[in-house]
Amino acid sequence: MAKIRGAVVVDVEGCKGCGVCIPACPSEVLDLAKEVNGKGYNYSFMKNPEACVGCANCAIVCPDGVISVYKVKVA
Amino acid sequence: MAEITLQDIIKEENLVYKKSKVMTDNTLSYCPGCGHGTAHRLIAEVIEELGIQSETIGVSPVGCSVLMYNFLDIDMQQAAHGRAPAVATAIKRIMPEKYVFTYQGDGDLAAIGTAETIHACNRGENITIIFINNGIYGMTGGQMAPTTLEGMPASTCPFGRDIELMGNPLKMTELVANLAGVYSVSRHSVHTPRNVRKAKKAILQAFESQKLKRGVSFIEIVSNCNSGWKLTPRKANEWMEENMFPFYPLGDIKVDGQLVTK
Amino acid sequence: MEKELRLMKGNEAIAEAAIRAGADAYFGYPITPQSEVIEYLMAQQPHKRTGMVVLQAESEVSAINMIYGAAACGRMAMTSSSSPGISLKQEGISYIAGAELPCLILNVVRGGPGLGTIQPAQSDYFQSTKGGGHGDYRLVVLAPASVQEMYDSVELGFDLAFKYLNPVMVLADGIIGQMMEKVELGEQKVRRTPEEIIKQCPWATTGKPESRDHNIITSLDLVAANQEKFNIKLQAKYKEIQDKEVRYEMINCEDADYILVAYGSSARLSMKAMDILRAKGIKVGIFRLITLFPFPSKQLFELADKVKGFLAVEMSAGQMVEDLQLAVQFKKPVKHFGRFGGVIPSPEEIADALEQKIIGG
Repeated sequence: MAKIRGAVVVDVEGCKGCGVCIPACPSEVLDLAKEVNGKGYNYSFMKNPEACVGCANCAIVCPDGVISVYKVKVA
Repeated sequence: MAEITLQDIIKEENLVYKKSKVMTDNTLSYCPGCGHGTAHRLIAEVIEELGIQSETIGVSPVGCSVLMYNFLDIDMQQAAHGRAPAVATAIKRIMPEKYVFTYQGDGDLAAIGTAETIHACNRGENITIIFINNGIYGMTGGQMAPTTLEGMPASTCPFGRDIELMGNPLKMTELVANLAGVYSVSRHSVHTPRNVRKAKKAILQAFESQKLKRGVSFIEIVSNCNSGWKLTPRKANEWMEENMFPFYPLGDIKVDGQLVTK
Repeated sequence: MEKELRLMKGNEAIAEAAIRAGADAYFGYPITPQSEVIEYLMAQQPHKRTGMVVLQAESEVSAINMIYGAAACGRMAMTSSSSPGISLKQEGISYIAGAELPCLILNVVRGGPGLGTIQPAQSDYFQSTKGGGHGDYRLVVLAPASVQEMYDSVELGFDLAFKYLNPVMVLADGIIGQMMEKVELGEQKVRRTPEEIIKQCPWATTGKPESRDHNIITSLDLVAANQEKFNIKLQAKYKEIQDKEVRYEMINCEDADYILVAYGSSARLSMKAMDILRAKGIKVGIFRLITLFPFPSKQLFELADKVKGFLAVEMSAGQMVEDLQLAVQFKKPVKHFGRFGGVIPSPEEIADALEQKIIGG
């Protein structure tokens, strides 16, 4: 059976660390980083990248539109 | 089978979602977690998908979203406080083939602009009105709005809204639904993926119905104001579900010119 | 070609002029003594004659914001009202000035303050010429003194509005609006096409094509330094208007010892007063203001060297007289005579006032 693998890319400097993407993810991929970006926000990152299925739920609730999503089918 | 790496996935051909091209690259001026950004993005996505970037004129309000024109890559006008429906009326009447929308907060649409809102709706202008209701005046620092809930604190009702003193919260959306010139009315939120998808569908239908000259499509988005509510973004969304949604229930209120009976 | 003459009220003439000038839109709200403007337009069905949009708004506030919306699309948009309604429009007028949009606003002035009266007055001079709403801005203010000039003020007004991207006010009064006179009508102009509008107004919000950046119409700049820079630009524009657009008429001023300074209906009343005084052997001339902003300060300053005194005649408690005093700069006596609150002065009263306040004073 084909497996779906996804990945998200967060524009670290654009992220305001609101964390709205975290509960939106069905696979618990995302978390806020301990580090901060240039504006002092704890930005969102893939804590469990293997779990990402590329559903884009995180991106569509991101108020700042800083998440891009990629998806591939793995044979 | 070799393990697939992130580099293998993150390639242009595998892209499934990114910010709409109708959004500019300017950083949104909103607080972290504010629903305005999501609402803006949905409008941009609808404009992009319908291919109407050159046909759309937006009207921004006074309030937090006054600078909306910096974030959407379309022609826009900034209206005086509450006057967006009057401004949009003129734009649509002189250019009926264009898509015209207003984007207004609760203070703008439901307090100072009540007359303009009701009369544009009643005339049945072929426009889309997007109403962001977060129950508070965000930009001026958290004062009471016409939509502030009973008991809800704000800087001008620090002990909570007292109906005896301050009157009732206004359900503007139900009010305009009763007007003959209004074709569709629905209430949404943009805090979960499911709700975002529904809100986007409503905005898409609203723009499409402009082409059919059906009258006003009115979309309320119940949203958060973390700063005004003094909650973290995620807590604010939970508070919204628990407190705002019971008084401002999500769903269709008027469909195809007919009030929805519950 | 034979002239097209018609007997019309001032309010009707300006409405007909708007249609013939190829105006794109009129938005208004009824108020005495100018309701004939929208009544005439509605009866003419300009949407059939030229495609002009005419709409009765729910308030003056709404009407002026409709003007903002239409003007921001590069359209020739006009509104009209009378004093209390013009007060309501001030927020929108300030935004229009702040966004540098062209439009035409007619004020058929009635007596105030408050609800006042429905009879003619000229007591909105300060409001019209000093800005009216909030912020450092000016309107170009035209003062017609006949029904013909009401008619002509439309084309002139729109020309100035689009030349300077500034709101233009036609400051009439209840007499000019209500009285009937013979008017020579101009030819029907063809309204500009959307393509012509885009060419003439590249700043307009007509829909963003691939070929240009998005157009934004706003009066907001949160950076004070930028807002100051914008204000300096506005002031430069007003200076240019002051230098280039002063309009006035001098009647019998060549040999005059005394000058009646007036505009609109007061200028007409002053004509008769001049006749009375000249019959008595007193050499009186009239300086009729056609633009109130820009005010012909330089011309009056120069005229002051040749005469013995000025009487400002206005249907107000004394507003225009302040600009006259500033212009004359104490070279010669400047006095004011006015009836107000809706009372029209008689020519005899004006003649007496000159004799008592200037000659006797």
